[in-house]
Order: sequence, then structure tokens, then C-alpha cells
Amino acid sequence: MIIPQALDPVTALKQAMPDAVEDVREYGGDITIVVKPDHLQAVSQYLRDTSGLVYNFLSDVSAVDYYPDYNRPGRFGVSYHILSLLYKRRLRVKVYLPEEAPSVATVTTIWPGANWLEREIADMMGIDFVGHPDLRRLLMPDDWQGHPHRRDYPLGYETVMFSFNADEIMKHKPHATD
Amino acid sequence: MALQTAANTNDPMAEWAGSLEQLKGLVTERALTGETMLLNMGPHHPSTHGVLRLLLELDGEEVITCLPDIGFLHTGIEKNIESKSYEKAVPLTDRMDYLAPMSNNTAYCLAVEKLVGLQVPERAQIMRVICLEMTRLNSHLVWLGTHAIDLGAMSVFLYCFREREELLKMFEMLSGQRMMGSYMRPGGVWRDFPPEFLPMLENFLGYFPSRVDDYEALLTKNPIWMDRTQGVGVIEPEKAMAWGVSGPSLRGSGVAWDLRKSMPYSGYDMFDFNVPVGEHGDVYDRFMVRIREMRESVKIMQQAIKRLPAKGPFRSDNRKFVPPPRAELGQSMEAVIHHFKLWTEGFAAPDEEVFVAIESPRGELGCYLHGTGGNKPRRVHFKTPSFMHISSLPVMTHGHLIADLVAIVGSVDVVLGDCDR
Amino acid sequence: MGIISSKLGNLGVVTTTLDQAINWGRTGAMWPLLFGLACCAIEYMSTQASNYDLSRFGMELNRASPRQADLLIVSGRLTRKMAPVVRQLYDQMAAPKWVIAMGDCASCGGVYNNYAIVQGADEIIPVDVYVAGCPPRPEQLLHGILTLHEKIKGESIRDWAAPVETIRV
Repeated sequence: MIIPQALDPVTALKQAMPDAVEDVREYGGDITIVVKPDHLQAVSQYLRDTSGLVYNFLSDVSAVDYYPDYNRPGRFGVSYHILSLLYKRRLRVKVYLPEEAPSVATVTTIWPGANWLEREIADMMGIDFVGHPDLRRLLMPDDWQGHPHRRDYPLGYETVMFSFNADEIMKHKPHATD
Repeated sequence: MALQTAANTNDPMAEWAGSLEQLKGLVTERALTGETMLLNMGPHHPSTHGVLRLLLELDGEEVITCLPDIGFLHTGIEKNIESKSYEKAVPLTDRMDYLAPMSNNTAYCLAVEKLVGLQVPERAQIMRVICLEMTRLNSHLVWLGTHAIDLGAMSVFLYCFREREELLKMFEMLSGQRMMGSYMRPGGVWRDFPPEFLPMLENFLGYFPSRVDDYEALLTKNPIWMDRTQGVGVIEPEKAMAWGVSGPSLRGSGVAWDLRKSMPYSGYDMFDFNVPVGEHGDVYDRFMVRIREMRESVKIMQQAIKRLPAKGPFRSDNRKFVPPPRAELGQSMEAVIHHFKLWTEGFAAPDEEVFVAIESPRGELGCYLHGTGGNKPRRVHFKTPSFMHISSLPVMTHGHLIADLVAIVGSVDVVLGDCDR
Repeated sequence: MGIISSKLGNLGVVTTTLDQAINWGRTGAMWPLLFGLACCAIEYMSTQASNYDLSRFGMELNRASPRQADLLIVSGRLTRKMAPVVRQLYDQMAAPKWVIAMGDCASCGGVYNNYAIVQGADEIIPVDVYVAGCPPRPEQLLHGILTLHEKIKGESIRDWAAPVETIRV
């Protein structure tokens, strides 16, 4: 099998879609390409199908919330960690989404495995993935209020029990006995 | 006939019709008319390996649609880690994939090390490799035992747990805990191997391959086992890659992709081992891949024991990230300051993001870590293999009999703690 | 259990109270529900496997149906999504029934003091024995089971009669 020469993803993408790329960063050997949310699907398609890139495996989709005082273009960041099994290298494609009604196009059409990863983010972060086939809640119960992984969602812990607040806490435990 | 109308609120069917509405688009039209049957399996079901719920649409015995429902073990570990300093989060990572705690530790520690730029001494890397491979054996043994029970072979379970007990004794020797060792730390491991550990491990590695022969004698050529597993749950390599299937399940489909070999971490490039690959991508091939992986793990550990220097650091000596040993505290004021700072505040990591992936026993385990510039992470996200495997179950189970579903769920080796986190 | 009168020779007559005889039966062959939640379920499996051999205490038979089970071992962290399911399983079990909260998470929430975890199984079901540990060693679970046996030996069938009557009303 002849493997085509590997291309540098950053220069190739900048050449093919100059409008899409907003920023390129590198940290600890990871390359991050920040793209405009509108271009995400086209960029993903390009990265998967271009010979010399072939990012054919979606490792992970992670969302991060920069609440409260973000020095980023948007409150939410969604990172797509893609992997090329052929060239054995990884790439991070990142989009920044605004605080109001964050939404981005789905990549399930390109990598079907994104299905649940995006569903999880929709559940835990409240980001809408336009065009997703089935965007029900995944991890939390259907009737849950809020999106637990947002930074403004409280961790929601129970206070430590002392003698002064024992009655308050024991109210939650009707079945507890000595 | 006195049939009640659906409008009557006393009609138990009315509620059912309401829930059918929610399933529109997810199951076929035939289910809505009642032609096919909807069956709920789980979350309490003996063979779903934990609290997995599957909503099945059945045409007779044949599975048409499989809708997995997860989250019954969602623990909020990722959110909890956000409120802890970097080092204190290690014990939480153990409890995600409770069959492979050391793999989780390592994925997290590698991410922290990458984020702060911490180097791990070579000896510590080899120690990590030994622990990781022990974890792989541990996990595969539980998988083999439970998978065999699911398919009706009871005695394999008893044999597998006999060997696993030996591994747990060694984990306990290392860390003081049988299962949740939390042995890895950012910068290395918690402490040196105790002197009696390596002889015990060598002894174990000496007889373990013959025990694998025993399991194989019970299963590999067993006609019942072959009938129930061959040609069941086939997933083609292209589909497996597209659905993010990784680890032994991907290799069972014939893709020789092992992160230990392809993108080595923690010094795996030092060792000589093979990557077993299946052909057909069915349950039997996934079984064979794991069995052969156990033998490869033994080889890796034997090489690692040979390569392990007798003396040397087991943890980085960068005092900004790694607390000083107790002996130093009595002599150096600086050590006391470092100790105090690290145990009260922890270390700070830059406001950057990293992604690290390792080959856990189940597949590609990724850790995404985003710092804040302070001592706590902004976001941790674990991409876990079980999560991807359960999401690909609809592809694998389509058109199979419901009895085979149990074999398929077992063969992709799902751990619900790993899936839901 | 009872007094065996050796004077009676081969006749094999045993005198005991009804309570003692019933409790002997209940402790000697207790059927746990085949039910696992998280990490502790793996240690529960270890307890059943060759090295610890739970069948020594008459518990090797796990029933998958709650209707046939006497003992619910809540083994692992109990999430808010799972809580209604566990409650329903408990309700489906026929009296007399007992519950062991195995591990820190099931006893008090453990290290997971957060939005997703029920802070102890006793928020939803009555618990008889709490077993500490994360996860508890098999010996600890065995100790918990034996503690439960001790508790059962102190019970009387009259204690179980009361709830049955309330159900009839």
C-alpha cells in the first residue's frame, strides 16, 4: 500500500479554507485549530477526506465552560479531538460558542461516533447540536433541571453533620435507624 | 367488548401511548402500531454488567432496534475533580473504571504531567508499565469470568477469580488497597516497590500462562462456546472506526491499532510485544484477542522486570510539583515549605488544555484537562472506551437474536462506571 | 439452636422455639438479590468466588428476581437516576427482607458529595447493616453478613407480622 505524503494540517486547512481558521495554538505538543462555528462541518469533512490528512477517528468531544470572567471569544469551548490512524497523530479542532443559546452544527454525519459524545455535552453543558439525530438527555434523568457541568451549577453537596444540624440532615433519611 | 377509550385516564394504556409518542423516530413505525414488541432490559438485569438499560424493539426473537439508556451510575466525578487540587483528584479517577483503576490513574497523571510539563524518571515509567499490565490482566480476568457466566460456563468464573485474587494481593502490597490503589501520582508513583513484591510477581508470571491454557482448554475449542460466539455481533472495521470503537473490540475487527504500539506513552516503546488481531470482528475474535493479550502482557511484564533498575527514583524530584520525602523534612527548611505548600494549596497549572490517551484494557481512554492558572482544573473530561462501545451497540446488535445480545454486550467489555463516570 | 437431647438416642427429636427454628432457616439459606451497582459489586463477586466462598454461609444462590430474594445488597454508589429503581426492587421483594448497604457510597455517599449521588441508601430504603470501606474487603462483607445473621437471630416472627397487616388494610 502506498501511503500518500502526510500534509501539515494547519497549512493545508489555511490554504483550503482561509475563512474558517480563526487561530492556531500549540501547547505541550497538541495543535489546536480554532475554527468559526459556521465552518465546523466543512472543516471536519475536509480533515477526514483529504488524502494526506485522513483524520478518520474521532477520539473525543469535550466541552469546557469559561464562566465567569472569560478571556476567550465565547463562554463555551467545544474541542474535537481527532486522530488519524494512518499517520498516527492527533489534532484538536476547537470552536468557541457564545453564552446566549450556544449551538453548533453536529459532526455525527462525518463521524457517527460523535452521537453520544455530543448528546452528553448537550445534557451536561446545555449546548445545542443542530442536526443531531437524537438529542435527549443522556446521563441525567429526563426531568432534570439545569446542566450540571456548567461552572455556575453548584456541586450540590450535603453539609457535614454536627449535633446542631443533625435534625435537618436526618430529615432526608427517613429510613435511617440506630 | 367493553374496550376503554384512550381518553379515559383510568386506562393503563393511555400512559403507555404517551410514552410511545416519545419514541417516535427512534423505533420503527411497526412498534407504534404494536406489530413489533418493545422490551425493556435492565437496569437491573443479571447480564448487563452493571446498571445498563436497553430498550429493545423485537420482531419475534430478532432485535430490530436497540436503544441503550445509560446514566444510572453517573457519579459526577468530573465535576468533583473541578473542586479538588490536582493531586487530590487521583483517588477519584480510580473509581471510574473500577476494573482498571491504574489505567485511569495513569491517564489522569499523564494529562497533569503534560499540562505542567513534568518529567517522569525512567524507573517510574517502567514501574507504571508493570502496574498497567497487571491491571490489564486483572480486568481481562474479570471480563472472561463474567462473559463466560453470561454464556453459561460457570466454572471459568471461579478459575479467573482465583488468579485475580493473587493480583489483588500484589496490588494491596503496593498500595494498601485491593482494588482502588491510587498508586500513580503526578510525576511518578506513590512509593517504591516493596522488596517482596517483585519475587511474588515473578512467581505469578511463571505459572500464569499455564492458567491461561486452562481457560482456553475450557472455552477456545468448546463447540458450545464457538456456536454461541462465532459470527455473532460482527462489526466491520470501517464501521468500528467510524463509531469510535477502540481497544480489543477494534482489534477483533482486524485493525491493528494499539496505542501502546502506535503512539507509545510511558516508555512502552522499550518493550517487544505483539498486537493480536482478529479477522471477522465477531464475539469469538474479540475473545481470542483478549486471551492473546493476556499472554502478551505477561511478556511485557517479564521484560519490564528485567529492565527495572534496582535503585533509582520512583518519582520526579521537581519539588514544585512533588512533595519531598519524609527524611528530607528534618533537615531542610525548603523541603518543609514545599511540603506545606503542596499539601495545603497544591501546585498551579497554566490556563491551557491538553488531551492524553492511553490504551486501557477496554480501549482508548482519553483525558482532557483544562487548567485555570490556579491550583484546580477548570474542566476534566474522560473519554472512556465503554461509553463509545455502548453507543455502538445498536450497530452490533441489529438483526441478532435476543439471546446473542447478552454475548455481544459481554464481548465489548463494558463497565458502566467507566461509561457514566 | 435448640437443645438436642442426647438421652433420646437415635430418635433425633429436637426441641426449640418456633422463632429459633425459623431464624435458623432464614440465616442458613439467605438468598441475596443478584444486583450490583459499582465497584463494590466486583468485591461482592470476589466474595462469592473461589477464595472467599460465600456458599459457606448458604448464600451462593443469587436470585435475579426480587420476588425470590431475601437480601438486597446495595453494592456501590447510588445515583439519583438509579434510586427509584432500587426502591422499586426493594418494594418487589417479599417480606421478610433485609438490606445491607455495602461500601461508603451506599452508607453515606462516600467521597461523592455531589449533585448526582444519593447521600446514603437510607434516604430511600431501610438499611439493616452498614459495611464501611471503599470498597470493603470480602472479609468485611462477610462480617456484615454475619452481623445481619446475629440481628435476625434476635428477631421474632411477630416483628414481621405487623407490616403484613398494614398491607392488607
